[in-house]
Amino acid sequence: MTTTTATAGPSANAVREGVRRGVRELHQMVTNRQDLAGNLIWLFGMLAPLYFLRDNELPHSTMPVAGFILPSVMSMCLAFNGMFSLAQQLVVERQDGTLLRLKALPHGMLGYLIGKMTSVAATVLLACAIVTLTGICMLKGVSPADAGLWATLAWMLPLGLLAVLPAGAVLGSLVESPRNIGLIMIPLFGLASVSGIFYPASRLPEWVQHVAEVFPLYWIGLGARSALLPDGYAAVEIGASWRHWETAGVLGCWAVAGVLLAPAVLRRMARRESGSAMVSRRERALRNPV
Amino acid sequence: MTVVRPDRRNAPADEEPVLEVHGLHMRYGDKEVLRGVDFSVRRGEVVALLGPNGAGKSTTVEILEGFRGRSAGEVRVLGTDPARGDERWRSRLGIVLQSWRDHGKWRVRELLTHFAAFYAPYSTPGHPRPRDVGELLATVGLTDQADQRIASLSGGQRRRLDIALGVVGRPELLFLDEPTTGFDPEARHEFHALVRALADERCTVLLTTHDLREAEKLADRVLILIGGRVIAEGTVEELARRTGAEAEVTWTGGGERRSRRTADPTAFVQRLFAEDGTDVHDLRIRRVGLEEVYLAMVRDAEAGRVEEASRRLAEVAR
Repeated sequence: MTTTTATAGPSANAVREGVRRGVRELHQMVTNRQDLAGNLIWLFGMLAPLYFLRDNELPHSTMPVAGFILPSVMSMCLAFNGMFSLAQQLVVERQDGTLLRLKALPHGMLGYLIGKMTSVAATVLLACAIVTLTGICMLKGVSPADAGLWATLAWMLPLGLLAVLPAGAVLGSLVESPRNIGLIMIPLFGLASVSGIFYPASRLPEWVQHVAEVFPLYWIGLGARSALLPDGYAAVEIGASWRHWETAGVLGCWAVAGVLLAPAVLRRMARRESGSAMVSRRERALRNPV
Repeated sequence: MTVVRPDRRNAPADEEPVLEVHGLHMRYGDKEVLRGVDFSVRRGEVVALLGPNGAGKSTTVEILEGFRGRSAGEVRVLGTDPARGDERWRSRLGIVLQSWRDHGKWRVRELLTHFAAFYAPYSTPGHPRPRDVGELLATVGLTDQADQRIASLSGGQRRRLDIALGVVGRPELLFLDEPTTGFDPEARHEFHALVRALADERCTVLLTTHDLREAEKLADRVLILIGGRVIAEGTVEELARRTGAEAEVTWTGGGERRSRRTADPTAFVQRLFAEDGTDVHDLRIRRVGLEEVYLAMVRDAEAGRVEEASRRLAEVAR
């Protein structure tokens, strides 16, 4: 064995083992009836309005109401799975000792994070694929022959994911107990309500628009609409444009900031983990059963 | 139960200790948890850190594991300061953690294989890593459960998996922090046998416990940690000998059960018979054991009389 492989080997090995870990977790999710049911119910809940509103056309429009719901469902899928489910899994797995166990392994934290990113990214992309395919099957306005649809999704989905994943990791490392995980939902829903997910942001007061424009959710929603709606609907948006450059810029900033900040926050979170921290959390949890 | 172990105390003197702790202090705010802990452990020794809850055992072990910083003191674990231990250093350690409900969806063999893979890059011809998963499953008695989900294991089976996960990398130094808390006697017995079997191959073991019997069963050497200091150390026999200077004489006389503690039981019994030999029945002489001394020390420590607790051992040893 040469010196190069001796030093590069263990981290490459941990990355490979992390990807395997993510794939196994995904496999466990789809083979566990409870997990699968939870995910499907959530997905069906999101997609049901599409089905019921598929023929319900808006006045002066060729697009059914469902066509406008489709990009909203997609951006919520991306943001919630990417941010909330990653944060939630971090909190739960910190409490149940998963993190501590991996920390006791050489390069175990690297393997853990790669694994988590893999399984969450795969879940998000799977959910988005189901949403898109459902849209194509059900709605006349969305066509698989539209090359722009695939091109936009191809850059927007990975970039949006990169923008929200580190934010989810940071949020997850800040929440102490799974009982408080709901706290993350509150700002996320608040953000969703001003980000043009449910209602065009251009109709909101200008200062609210500026607040929404700081966060990735608005841009993910805009990107999803630009991919799934006919070009004419850009007129309803802020600035009457899909603003692809701005979308890439803001999401890119979030991604870069997250990639720079998240490792330090996660390291800090992992550093606090120890057997006695686990024991005291377990005792607290057993004293106050959920 | 008697366990015959090779006497590792005669190891070559030039061999570097696996564990070296000098003047270890730990302070949380105003609270001083460790107040100058000193000890060292040689290769192959099984050492128990014995003490009541709150004595600082877990804090000590977590500092040694590199999971916790320290306020002051010199610490060397496998020749490295744990605060600066890298991943190669970590690959030489084994930590047996108490599982609660982590990895519940994983299958036993799947998780063990996954963990084993992290150690593979650190394998050397003289020290192959990781262990063979199939053999390890057989050693801990989980072959039949290999394809079961971890959530479906019994408590005892889960603890055996904990051990397997701790030793899968064939560690040179193994940490066991309060390994049998909450065990029934049978599970405890099983666990002790398993640790002894695994500790056989050159592996050094540091375990913490508040149970003297456990320390006696597993350890070559015992360190008694009370009030943030190691106040006594030695083999259980040595400690027992040091505390066995006093004896308790009990008998029935005048229709009553009587007892007396004395340093010279022979002289006392001679006097007893000389005074009224016809009214001494059911005579019993018992050495005061280490257990009683230890329990008395723990009581003192719990009542906040830490200085007194440390003096107790010195007193009986005089």
